[in-house]
Amino acid sequence: MRELRVTPIKNGTVIDHIPAGLALKVLKILGIGDAVTSTVTVAMHVPSQAMGWKDIVKVEDRELGGRELDKIALIAPTATVNVIRNYNVAEKRPLALPDWAVGILRCANPNCISNVREPIESSFVVRSKNPLRVVCKYCDRELEDIVSHIL
Amino acid sequence: MSSFRGRDVLSIRDFTPADIQLVLRTARKMVPVAVGEKRSRSLEGKILSTLFYEPSTRTRLSFESAMARLGGRALGFSSAEGTSVQKGETLADTIRMVEAYSDAIVLRHPQEGAARLAAEFTEKPVINAGDGAGQHPTQTLLDLYTIWDEKGAFEGQNVTLVGDLKYGRTVHSLAYALAELGAHLTFVSPPTLEMPPEILERVKEKGLSFRAAHRLEEVIREADVLYVTRIQKERFPDAQEYEKVAGSYRIDMEILRDAKRGLIIMHPLPRVTEIAPDVDRTKHAVYFKQAFNAVPVRMALLDLILGEGA
Repeated sequence: MRELRVTPIKNGTVIDHIPAGLALKVLKILGIGDAVTSTVTVAMHVPSQAMGWKDIVKVEDRELGGRELDKIALIAPTATVNVIRNYNVAEKRPLALPDWAVGILRCANPNCISNVREPIESSFVVRSKNPLRVVCKYCDRELEDIVSHIL
Repeated sequence: MSSFRGRDVLSIRDFTPADIQLVLRTARKMVPVAVGEKRSRSLEGKILSTLFYEPSTRTRLSFESAMARLGGRALGFSSAEGTSVQKGETLADTIRMVEAYSDAIVLRHPQEGAARLAAEFTEKPVINAGDGAGQHPTQTLLDLYTIWDEKGAFEGQNVTLVGDLKYGRTVHSLAYALAELGAHLTFVSPPTLEMPPEILERVKEKGLSFRAAHRLEEVIREADVLYVTRIQKERFPDAQEYEKVAGSYRIDMEILRDAKRGLIIMHPLPRVTEIAPDVDRTKHAVYFKQAFNAVPVRMALLDLILGEGA
């Protein structure tokens, strides 16, 4: 009998095909930490036909918003996001890297005006999608180490 | 009506080569007014705000002089001290307030991206007069004007940029604009202060080749324009190392022996020891003229942005 490592969920979101090793980053994006209130299942380093190895995150009783999807697209553009309702895949949410990353990244330049108390959202133009390269709209600097600057 | 009316001046990259040529031609027409030989009232009744969050006497005075020469008025502050900024007001709020008092805003700010932020909070044109280590487009325009005025063209000119090419913001914008305008670029710097890769990438995108060297002696013969920048002490771990490096990029009569007769030497000023004082008396020295050019170039921009004829 096939062993089920991860059981199906009734309602919520399944993020599959996350590049192996990035599941914890996805949890960070979703704000899942110590004070979690719904069941979260994380599978890391799972065999995958398409990818070799992959990670999976399942969050019960939660559907993701556009900005959360944009953030996931930044670090894991190959991931698939399925909305589960009553044990069935009700919706497949496509991940598309936007041309502008607004309000989802923090500029690494400490002297950038977007890092001080001003009534604006951070904003980066996506200069290249593969490899991912983004440039701050305000200070014009390219952001290195994108993952650790996700808000 | 030109495309300049009411326009922001935030980065030199917002300018096409045709835009730059229009500014340069307009600046040349402004020279008789800038020196007081002719009078102009083209900006009569217009008010320019000069908001200087950090001191920059040369930039501020040349903007105020430019506005006055065209019959307009300027108001503002020359440092953040004693203003509402010290009470914790955001730049966005200051801009919303100043918008009501003036027709255009000149902004100098210690933080990168400040001018772009300001432009988002006002319908009035915003002119970036330097944002931290970021952009200083009007400095680039007056540098370009100086080369064009002295040399008559950009294409085919060998422009050699010397000194701190890593941190010096004027050389980044200038390199970008010169690449757009078809000049040949040579970069001379110590290995630790080379032009950043993203600037080289943008120069390459323009399909232009460039040369990089560490020794000025290797390239001085080919130069038509020598643009000298200051190498700052604080970039070096110890004073001895600084002296050694800075000394090897000093422009003096000896290094100029091999230079072309028509070579011009530029410097954004203030200089410290990068150019020996006896070079001032040679025909090569145009840096004081370059400083004067700030006025006609800023007059041209203000007239194109605010003038009725624009």
